[in-house]
Amino acid sequence: MTYLAKPRLLLADAPKNALGYTRRDYEGAISTLCAGCGHDSISAALVQACFDLDIEPHRVAKLSGIGCSSKTPDYFLGNSHGLNTVHGRMPSVLTGAALANRDLIYLGVSGDGDSASIGIGQFAHVMRRGVNMTYIVENNGVYGLTKGQFSATTDLGSKNKRGVINSDSPIDLVALALQLGASYVARSFSGDKEQLIPLLKGALRHRGAAFIDVISPCVTFNNHPGSTKSYDYVREHNEAVNRLDVILPRDTITASYAAGTVRRVVQHDGSVLHLRKVGDDYDPTDRIEAMNHLHERHALGEIVTGLLYVDSSAEDLHRHLNTVEKPLNKLGDAYLCPGSKALDALNASLR
Amino acid sequence: MKPTDIGNPEYFHKVVDCQWACPAHTPVPEYIRMIAAGRYSDAYMVNWRSNVFPGILGRVCDRPCEPACRRARVDKEPVAICRLKRVAADFKDDIKDRLPQAPVKKNGKRIACIGGGPASLTVARDLAVLGYHITVFDNGKTAGGMMRSQIPKFRLPDSVIDEECDYILGLGVETRFNHWVGSLKNLLAEDWDAVFVGTGAPRGRDADVPGRSEAAANIHIGIDWLSSVAFGHVTKIAKRVIVLGGGNTAMDCCRSARRMGGSDVKVVVRSGYEEMKASPWEKEEAVHEGIPILNFLVPKEFTHDSGKLTGVLFEKVRAEYDAKGRRNLVPTGEADVHMECDEVLVAIGQENSFTWIERDIGLEFDKWGMPVLDPKTLQSTLPRVFFGGDAALGPKNIITAVAQGHEAAISIDSFCGGRDVAKRLPPMVNLVSQKMGIHEWSYDNQVSEEGRKKVPMKSLESALKNINLELELGFDPRLALAEAERCLNCDIQTVFVPKICIECDACVDICPTECITFTRNGDEAELRGRLKAPATNIDQALYVSDTLKTSRVMVKDENLCLHCSLCAERCPTGAWDMQKFLLDVAHAGAEVRRT
Repeated sequence: MTYLAKPRLLLADAPKNALGYTRRDYEGAISTLCAGCGHDSISAALVQACFDLDIEPHRVAKLSGIGCSSKTPDYFLGNSHGLNTVHGRMPSVLTGAALANRDLIYLGVSGDGDSASIGIGQFAHVMRRGVNMTYIVENNGVYGLTKGQFSATTDLGSKNKRGVINSDSPIDLVALALQLGASYVARSFSGDKEQLIPLLKGALRHRGAAFIDVISPCVTFNNHPGSTKSYDYVREHNEAVNRLDVILPRDTITASYAAGTVRRVVQHDGSVLHLRKVGDDYDPTDRIEAMNHLHERHALGEIVTGLLYVDSSAEDLHRHLNTVEKPLNKLGDAYLCPGSKALDALNASLR
Repeated sequence: MKPTDIGNPEYFHKVVDCQWACPAHTPVPEYIRMIAAGRYSDAYMVNWRSNVFPGILGRVCDRPCEPACRRARVDKEPVAICRLKRVAADFKDDIKDRLPQAPVKKNGKRIACIGGGPASLTVARDLAVLGYHITVFDNGKTAGGMMRSQIPKFRLPDSVIDEECDYILGLGVETRFNHWVGSLKNLLAEDWDAVFVGTGAPRGRDADVPGRSEAAANIHIGIDWLSSVAFGHVTKIAKRVIVLGGGNTAMDCCRSARRMGGSDVKVVVRSGYEEMKASPWEKEEAVHEGIPILNFLVPKEFTHDSGKLTGVLFEKVRAEYDAKGRRNLVPTGEADVHMECDEVLVAIGQENSFTWIERDIGLEFDKWGMPVLDPKTLQSTLPRVFFGGDAALGPKNIITAVAQGHEAAISIDSFCGGRDVAKRLPPMVNLVSQKMGIHEWSYDNQVSEEGRKKVPMKSLESALKNINLELELGFDPRLALAEAERCLNCDIQTVFVPKICIECDACVDICPTECITFTRNGDEAELRGRLKAPATNIDQALYVSDTLKTSRVMVKDENLCLHCSLCAERCPTGAWDMQKFLLDVAHAGAEVRRT
């Protein structure tokens, strides 16, 4: 945490993306979170991902609930739209916004309290509806804003800072998302940007409900021995199923892979996900295998990370509801208010 | 790469680019912070210890520190270090009671310093406080040497020279002014324990082309003419003047001529504008005063009408570079250019002149007529004779003369004490945390985003009327503060302790210039290419840590660091700390306090 804003002095040759923006143009206000908070790393990863994807900042809407994680949208994409909603109610506000203006890129930012406790009902429904969004849970397994109580994602047997052992079963949001029909499901770690940034990029280019559970250590209340969400614990137990490279249609492919070590998944917009194999052969297009793998590894005490499931042909809520192609704010008056004749015709059809 | 050895003072010294570039290694950020705090006298004393002539150098230093300044790599222009030095001199209180005193009881050693310029005076100061009996010889009326005779008064008033020379002469230094040392042999016979030669490079090079001797009455050697002007022997010049040469002396000549009646003054240079030896700001000043600088013209002939100069004939050339990058000036084949003028000032270089040193006394000279010296100790082949300043290794500048004076003083002290002259004293080094609280540092870590401040000047009209009127007014305290705030405090080092790093990336994320990367180790060339911001400036070091828990290393590119402390403020474990690195180069007598 610091009181100073980052100096704006910048090298003349700072890299620019296709839109002519530097990475700094994707930053937001200075973070007021604790020094070393994993959430700040996630913010930095989002900045990098949006810079790499040449996303126009004003085409993004960031929505969040309440909590440390939900504060973070203030700290990245300072030129984007966004608001803090009511605690746990971000998914329904996001759903409404997405229905009204389908042209924006929707980013839902939430935490384990906001999504797995007070907002778990909303979480479930936004996933099963397939809202076109990237939903990030910055998961630290602790209520940081209220001084370190166990949250709903705290692992059984995990120890809090005062030495108390958690006796409740944890909610695994990745397992829930898989079961509820999210079409892009990943888990990552705030301390591993090499993994996290491509996962974010893939999610931002995915059509449908993309969910990423990012384990993000709370340096103040949950980074001690005995915690299962500390930097050291996550590093020791991290089992990546794959490593992702996101190839955009404009890119020429420079990386070369040995035969049989990479799996290609083409998304609806032409972007290609290159999944480099790590360890066992893992099929990220098989939802049932994903769920099995997750539970098997969890039983062994491992934290499975990587792109766990992707359905590149998924359809989203707009397709399900057969909504109009244009965002509502671009429809003209005549279209929105077709006049008394149209009303009469409608009424007649209902008689 | 191997982990960086921050225990070696050279490493952090090099990060302080200005101090590293300064021949005398003045701790620049240290005194700039004092100026920002209004501690002008303290800032002056930091300078005085290190470079002896803060008021003089604050006006006319060659400022190797400024091109080195890190600020210029992230901003358009460097910090105005030189002019901030002048601020310390301008606004200080009476500092006489802070000056050291020579001990009443002398150590019995007698040292002769030949020449009264910056090198000799530095030797005198350093040794006088150790109890040496110092005698300064100079053929002029007062001390100051070339600083007094060559630099026009509108750049450096006599009062400043007087003040700073008097601080040294006030240490009980004996002076023999108006005294020409005509023979080193005779002087050595007088039984001095050591002799220091600081006689400068007193001979101006001449332009040996046809017409030179015939039109001699209207052709002057630049440095001789400047000293005649300085001492009032020459008070005016003809209307049309051509200055030959592209160095700082040429700039002083043309600007002086402009103030003495020259209304049509031109500088004509063999080389191109960029390659001219004059400092960029000196060229700008000349252009500002309405003096055209004409390049790629080589003088071919002085034209005259039965002995009265009528002009100069020039051959047009262009620069060609051979395979080794050496420049050759080749004629373009175009018609020669004739420029009319009434007087010519020749400022095409300075040379040493050691006609007063006999060649049979055991003091060897090389084939260029320069004394054979150990470049570190400045000792000649005659063990008790030492050299410094322009007389030692050829013409340079005042700050180099001061630095060599310090080195020679150490050598003389070792020599007179019967110690090994080659054994040099280590610098005083200090590295201390600046942390005062979670967000509090003992320095102002907020980086100013303002541009370089311009020094207020007198109007050109009034300045051109009076050659003795100092042109620059100097910064006022408010401008000085704004300029001082531009300093990036490069001496406040980012010190990394790998053992307590939890690799949370907070420092990487906050760094405004992306100069921190955590990655796997590699060899330097390869590592430089895959940092978060590729490290392309290979003159600047990479700070590499020991291997961390994840078997990666922390790599910091020193090139871009703003020393803003954000990494340390964001670090949850205190693995980053901001520590002030202070390096004081060893001086003979530096530790002697007032008694």
